[in-house]
Amino acid sequence: VQVPTLKPMDLMVEASPRRIFANAHTYHINSISVNSDYATYLSADDLRINLWHLEVTNRSFNIVDIKPANMEELTEVITAAEFHPHHCNTFVYSSSKGTIRLCDMRSAALCDQHSKFFEEPEDPSSRSFFSEIISSISDVKFSHSGRYMMTRDYLSVKVWDLNMENRPVETYQVHEYLRSKLCSLYENDCIFDKFECCWNGTDSTIMTGSYNNFFRTFERNTHRDTTLEASRESSKPRAILKPRKVCTSGKRKKDEISVDSLDFNKKILHTAWHPMENIIAVAATNNLYLFQEKIN
Amino acid sequence: MFVRGLKRKCFDGEEDIEGTLAGIKAIPSYNLQRQSLLDMSLVKLQLCHMLVEPNLCRSVLIANTVRQIQEEMTQDGTWQMINTQSSGQASLDRLVSTDILCRSSRDQAEGKHVPAYGTFNKDFESDQAQDGSETMSTASSVQVPRNLQSNVWEMENSQENKGNFQKSLDQIFETLENKSPNSVEDLFSEVDNSYYDLDTMLTGMMSNTKMGHCDSLETFSSPTNTASNSNCKSDLNDLDHIVEILVES
Repeated sequence: VQVPTLKPMDLMVEASPRRIFANAHTYHINSISVNSDYATYLSADDLRINLWHLEVTNRSFNIVDIKPANMEELTEVITAAEFHPHHCNTFVYSSSKGTIRLCDMRSAALCDQHSKFFEEPEDPSSRSFFSEIISSISDVKFSHSGRYMMTRDYLSVKVWDLNMENRPVETYQVHEYLRSKLCSLYENDCIFDKFECCWNGTDSTIMTGSYNNFFRTFERNTHRDTTLEASRESSKPRAILKPRKVCTSGKRKKDEISVDSLDFNKKILHTAWHPMENIIAVAATNNLYLFQEKIN
Repeated sequence: MFVRGLKRKCFDGEEDIEGTLAGIKAIPSYNLQRQSLLDMSLVKLQLCHMLVEPNLCRSVLIANTVRQIQEEMTQDGTWQMINTQSSGQASLDRLVSTDILCRSSRDQAEGKHVPAYGTFNKDFESDQAQDGSETMSTASSVQVPRNLQSNVWEMENSQENKGNFQKSLDQIFETLENKSPNSVEDLFSEVDNSYYDLDTMLTGMMSNTKMGHCDSLETFSSPTNTASNSNCKSDLNDLDHIVEILVES
């Protein structure tokens, strides 16, 4: 007779799906957002947004549908969507043409009519064949307060006041030095990279990624911006990150990096900020970095 | 790949060669850049369609860029469409249709000599041995009302794509016929409509079948259900694939 014995083992983490919400999307899903009621959530693909109940996997309600009757007329797709952090009837979605629509689910079952429409008028002096592509919004995030939202397009991050639809209240240039390289970035497809952005817990600072494993933070009240790098070479545990600088003019100072030596394969598309602490997570290719505020 | 010669001779100022030398020097370089951007974009569109899972956002953005370039080229007269039966208004209307762009690019991928979109209608009218009515249909395809869409599909697909499109539809009929008799009737009744109806029908049909691990657990007590679950799952994978083919075409 063999008596069962207890054997100590290392902790094993195994992920198993708890629910699968299938077959409601024909196109690539770009966003999911849990509602403030913690009972429903939305999922968005290129042309449609569906509303789900967390407990119900076999039925969803279509709340936005921008698919044209004739696909040949398609010129705009949905790029991101998010629920308002406090108003469970309100959500926003962004488009490939740089517009954001705020919708109220109380107004109609199908929210094809927006309540608010946010778009910044184009600057005619900087118009080029790439204007539309770089205006395409890759991410939209409400502030924790619910008063503002932030959008990320290819070259900048914009903060919008929900009460002002005709232009953002703040604009931050992430890597303006790339504006003169748009043709090359179009050629190597980098211009289609979708960067995320995020707020810190108090909405005082925003963060987004860039190339060469750089990520940028912008302090809204002081207008101070910082460029940091997430890489093995510059990140030993407990070491303090050194601010980086990209050289845009001819004369390169020491420790500066010229635009032409940036590695466009090293892109930081995903960043997240802890909702309460000053701890950030930065995804660099296949590495995840966690940084925390220097504690004196 | 493109009928370059036809474009190059479309400069209006041929008689004014004596004009400002600096002006003439400046224009070709911008035109060349613009042309190479157009060429690059068309190649990208072509590559989009060769992917297993094409990125719709990317395709739309590139197609919009091509449209912009073509509109500008039309406006400054670099691009002349041999277009006797339509007015200038109609020629701009022709410079549209993401799908036509993508389709003509895919034809290139298949190794056939199909010119770039810009000269698509020109060559179609002059080189193709089509009768006049078919050419007219292609030229005004973007203005065809919705209920004629199936006819438009037939015209535009013509010899290159018709076989593929028909094959995709046949595959759908075959798959659905074997598994879900009720939905096949629906499908047949809506076969001439747009993708939207097909989407809705498929989605509605799928929502009735149970899938996933949790649902399998729920049907643990009834083995027959489990069997049909796994059948449906593989069929749904086939259907996803077929829907993708439809979307591409």
